[in-house]
Amino acid sequence: MHAPDGFLTAGTAVATGAISAGTIGLALSRTRDTLADKQVPLAGIAAAFIFAAQMFNFPVLAGTTGHLLGGALAAILLGPSLGAIVVTVVVVVQAFAFADGGLTALGYNTLNMAIITAFGGYALFVLLRKLFPANGAGVVAASGLAAGLSVVLSSLAFSLEWLFGATAPVPFDRVLGAMVGVHLLIGIGEAVITALAVGAVLSARPDLVFGARDLSRAQIDDRPKVAMRTFGVAAVLVVVVLATVVSQFAGGAPDGLERVAQDQGFSQSAVDHPLGSALFADYATSGVTNEKLSLAIAGVGGTLIVTLVLAGLFLAVRRRPDDAVPGEPASHVDSDSSG
Amino acid sequence: MGAGHAHALYVHGHSPVHAMAPEAKVAAALAFVACVALTPASVPWAFAGHAVVLAVVIRVARLKPGFVLARATVVLPFILFVFLLPFVASGERTQVLGMSVSAAGLIAARTILCKALIGVTLSVVLAATTETTAIMRGLNRLRVPAVFTTIATFMLRYLETLTGELGRMRIAMTSRGYDPRWLWQAKPIASSAGALFIRSYERGERVHAAMLARGFDGTMPSMDDRRASRREWALAALPALAAAVSILVASILAGL
Repeated sequence: MHAPDGFLTAGTAVATGAISAGTIGLALSRTRDTLADKQVPLAGIAAAFIFAAQMFNFPVLAGTTGHLLGGALAAILLGPSLGAIVVTVVVVVQAFAFADGGLTALGYNTLNMAIITAFGGYALFVLLRKLFPANGAGVVAASGLAAGLSVVLSSLAFSLEWLFGATAPVPFDRVLGAMVGVHLLIGIGEAVITALAVGAVLSARPDLVFGARDLSRAQIDDRPKVAMRTFGVAAVLVVVVLATVVSQFAGGAPDGLERVAQDQGFSQSAVDHPLGSALFADYATSGVTNEKLSLAIAGVGGTLIVTLVLAGLFLAVRRRPDDAVPGEPASHVDSDSSG
Repeated sequence: MGAGHAHALYVHGHSPVHAMAPEAKVAAALAFVACVALTPASVPWAFAGHAVVLAVVIRVARLKPGFVLARATVVLPFILFVFLLPFVASGERTQVLGMSVSAAGLIAARTILCKALIGVTLSVVLAATTETTAIMRGLNRLRVPAVFTTIATFMLRYLETLTGELGRMRIAMTSRGYDPRWLWQAKPIASSAGALFIRSYERGERVHAAMLARGFDGTMPSMDDRRASRREWALAALPALAAAVSILVASILAGL
């Protein structure tokens, strides 16, 4: 996911950079009170935790491993604003101090790996928590599903950025199919690890889980064993549904090898030179049969991402009145250690 | 991308590049890499010019070229994708080694490859000649909010501790026979992640309490107040200028 320099066009890099900087600025001003003195070392160590968590390689299939991205995990444990800041710090430091990800690619790398996974993931988490019972099991299940979907959301965002800022004439639907397909697999791992990690924190220090602040101790301890199975079934169902949708979509376009064969047969037919088109080149339609579907998915996907990120931002900004309620435990980052 | 993150790329040295004030160095890196990213695909020879600029910087920094190239391999997963580009891209097709590939895809692959390689090499040079805390100080002086760079500094400070802790957890699990091959065997990894979070958080609380006891008022005292001189800013502008010149020269040559 750490894209190098020159992967997307300069315009896309600048645009995503502006969006990322603006969002992180908002998140910083949101957390200014808590970060003023007390939380800075804590946020730093939380960032080190996410950095270390990205080194947790977990098995995906026999032989292959994936690693945690941690955006949704950070948002659920620390809250969306602080979560987004912490993961952004990780991505920026990786680019500057570890040469991982291009410096000019920071705009879209931050957007995809930190902002969309944290805010989008948190919005999904809040949404899913409404579907599950208000207890520890519900939090764990919602964490897992939100984390898995946040990875898919991130790959969807990358595909959309490719639609607007492609540096090569690869059709949008092919990029989307490949990106979302691969990230569905990665998302399963992310879901399992995040759910189990949140569950582990919940059983030892429930006061440290931002996403479960509204629950009492008794509710948190209410974690029937069957819930993990339900979670497993639900996760598999979601993945199967998504995989079906994606495969339907990607199946409409010929794959790379078929494409080569096809084009060899029709090499005389004139094709627009894709590099000659403007900034918002219509790569979605270049040489693709199902252009309407392609554009429809692009539109729906874009709307979905923007809605979820805005919902996450709204949830982050809305906290203020809640914190003032006496008797309510304020955000866990505010409360003193009760352990 | 999974391993090796914890070890910064810094190589101790006393070259002029090492000695340059971090804000000038970071600005120089950003300006140069922006020029590289803006190089149009139609002037491939400009990349040769950029590579020469980088080679000069590596020479002046007295870094071993082999070290820089070895560290630049983090970009490899994306290079694999780039090699697929000529085959999956659409557009006119040409023959290369008896295979039909997309001409536009070929040009795009070449351009991304050059930009990615030059970009990652530059990042390695920056990280190899600048301590991580100095990079953060440089970013701070380039108007990145202090909260952000302070969090990053704390992160870097505790990264070794946490990865050490993670390593010990791994050794403990492995020595008890844990060797996961399938996803459903992942529970101990996740429990360790949870345990690591709680340990990190409690360490953060302890660190903060200790800092307050020593008079921490929310801002970190700076140990190095030396700012970049005019001469350093002028030197910092050189790589970007050279890159701009090589784009210009390559464009003129391509136009002839």
